[in-house]
Amino acid sequence: MPILTSRRQLLAGAAASLALPALVRGATAAAPIKVAAIHASPVENAWNSRIHAAMQSAAADGLIEYKFSEGVSATDYPRAMREYAEGGAQLIWGESYAVENEARAVAADYPQTAFLMGSSGGPAGDNFGVFGTRNHEAAYLAGMLAGKMSKSNVFGSVGGYPIPEVNLLINAFRMGVKEVNPDAKFLIGFIGAWFDPAKAKEAAVAQIDAGADILFGERIGTADGAKERGVKAIGSLIDYSPRYPGTVFANAIWNFRPTVDAIVADVAAGKPVGRDYTEYSFMKYGGNDIIFVANEVPADAVPAMEAKKAAIASGAFQVPIDEKEPG
Amino acid sequence: MSTTLDILASASLWAAVLRIATPLIFGVLGALICERAGVLNLGIEGIMTMGAMSGWLTVYWGGSLWFGLLAAALSGMAFGWLHAKLTVSLGLSQHVTGLGITLLAASLSYYLYRMWVQVGDLPPTITPFEPIRFPVLSDLPFLGEALFAQTAPTYLALAFVALTAWILARTPLGLAVRMAGENPHAVDAQGLNPLAIRTGAVMAGSALMAVGGAFLTMAAFNSFFPTMVQGRGWICIALVVFASWQPGKALIGALLFALFDAFQLRLQTAIPGAPYQLFLMAPYVLSILALVLVARRARVPEALMQPYRRGER
Repeated sequence: MPILTSRRQLLAGAAASLALPALVRGATAAAPIKVAAIHASPVENAWNSRIHAAMQSAAADGLIEYKFSEGVSATDYPRAMREYAEGGAQLIWGESYAVENEARAVAADYPQTAFLMGSSGGPAGDNFGVFGTRNHEAAYLAGMLAGKMSKSNVFGSVGGYPIPEVNLLINAFRMGVKEVNPDAKFLIGFIGAWFDPAKAKEAAVAQIDAGADILFGERIGTADGAKERGVKAIGSLIDYSPRYPGTVFANAIWNFRPTVDAIVADVAAGKPVGRDYTEYSFMKYGGNDIIFVANEVPADAVPAMEAKKAAIASGAFQVPIDEKEPG
Repeated sequence: MSTTLDILASASLWAAVLRIATPLIFGVLGALICERAGVLNLGIEGIMTMGAMSGWLTVYWGGSLWFGLLAAALSGMAFGWLHAKLTVSLGLSQHVTGLGITLLAASLSYYLYRMWVQVGDLPPTITPFEPIRFPVLSDLPFLGEALFAQTAPTYLALAFVALTAWILARTPLGLAVRMAGENPHAVDAQGLNPLAIRTGAVMAGSALMAVGGAFLTMAAFNSFFPTMVQGRGWICIALVVFASWQPGKALIGALLFALFDAFQLRLQTAIPGAPYQLFLMAPYVLSILALVLVARRARVPEALMQPYRRGER
């Protein structure tokens, strides 16, 4: 059928196409933000899995479109950032710990793209935002439960490397223990690796040999040692209790979703994102929380912990941040 | 000083030594067999990763633990075959090929794992090898805890040390393997095929390496992480030199390294405040020292890293 166009239709069509850009602009404001995440580790890594889960839930809510790469080595990292920036990502999430200079250089080359980086440094320019990991408040609360549970009064901790984020977490756990148990003794072991569950397990066994009967597991593998020797453990970042029933009685959970929501709102509103987003990991924003197994902790330990939790959430109590290497 | 002695006197330390040593024993035996036949196998790190993945995956998919170990060994053999094709049949650089195999096997195991296993918060688990309890023996004081409460692969590793030593030293097959590494022309003169012997040795050695990797996911732990081998393969390569290419000394080397490691983990807790890096470094520093002392007297297989081409002089 030949298409016959009347002058009136043509006019209407022209008017519509003139109006089109305005319509499209209106639509993009509500459209999901295109997010690309570049994980330096496999997304099974506890830390990355929290970010991955937050991104997936944000995508399921229609807030973002989520793409990701994992296991990207430091040598490849800037290239991956550039590729996503060229590919039209509006927000690039990443971890710049090993590539601080390079990541900042890439961000400077793409001023229209927002960057949110796990970083040991500060924000840069208008588009390079940073965040730190803060589940220390939950670790403090877990320590308050643990302090009432030990028979030997010796508390162990197994960590990867003594970087500030790990130190402040273990120190917060210890402060929580000390609040309810001033005589507590502490052990520490660093395994010098992020991914060596077999070694973390051996470190746990070594601490149990030295008398520890509650272990704070900054690394996966710690609870395996505790389980084998029949002592208790605390998980960090994720909920380990279902995997180690009867062993892991509490977990210092990290929720990354408040951080995602905050930066996505900034990007959508066209605000500069070159700021520190660490605060969204605090309990005040729901950024970290304690999950514990009620029937495995002494009932008299819970009310004090709940009261402290309320005080932290309201801002009445601040868990001190101590980044010194725990001795 | 007294803490040091206390630690050394605890049965738990020696139990940890055997656990930590097990993947190293398999790995160093595997590397040793390859090198005795004249082929350096730097594919070890990747082959161990592949073994860790394929053994674990087999069990995850419903296979038995022993079938998992077999699958790991077969995956190691496959990469050993590839390494042998390139270095033995084609006579390519053993260093370059080995590193290539490591990159390929490690990446491929990551890729296959990602294709076949769902991404979750935590990697899925299997029921791993449990420590075996022997009647009477496990109840012995000290020895019971140190020696007789290990998982089956640990005993398998010890058995393989004896088996490898016996085969290499006492059988015609072992003689042929050693000859392929010392003087492949002599093998040829005997009417044997040095290329086939080298290929077979590399495949067998690679199978052992892969089983060493599988120990990490099937006994030491119960999940797979793509980077969990953590340089254990490279340690095995150094241990072969330490062992002067002798299986018995290889066992001692692996145990010694594991002792340093188990010891430093305990020292970290016993001496708080001392920099932990010193302790972590200790096994490596001591291994280097041991290498320096031992390597001067080491007798390298004459034809190690020399490709054999028939008819070439």
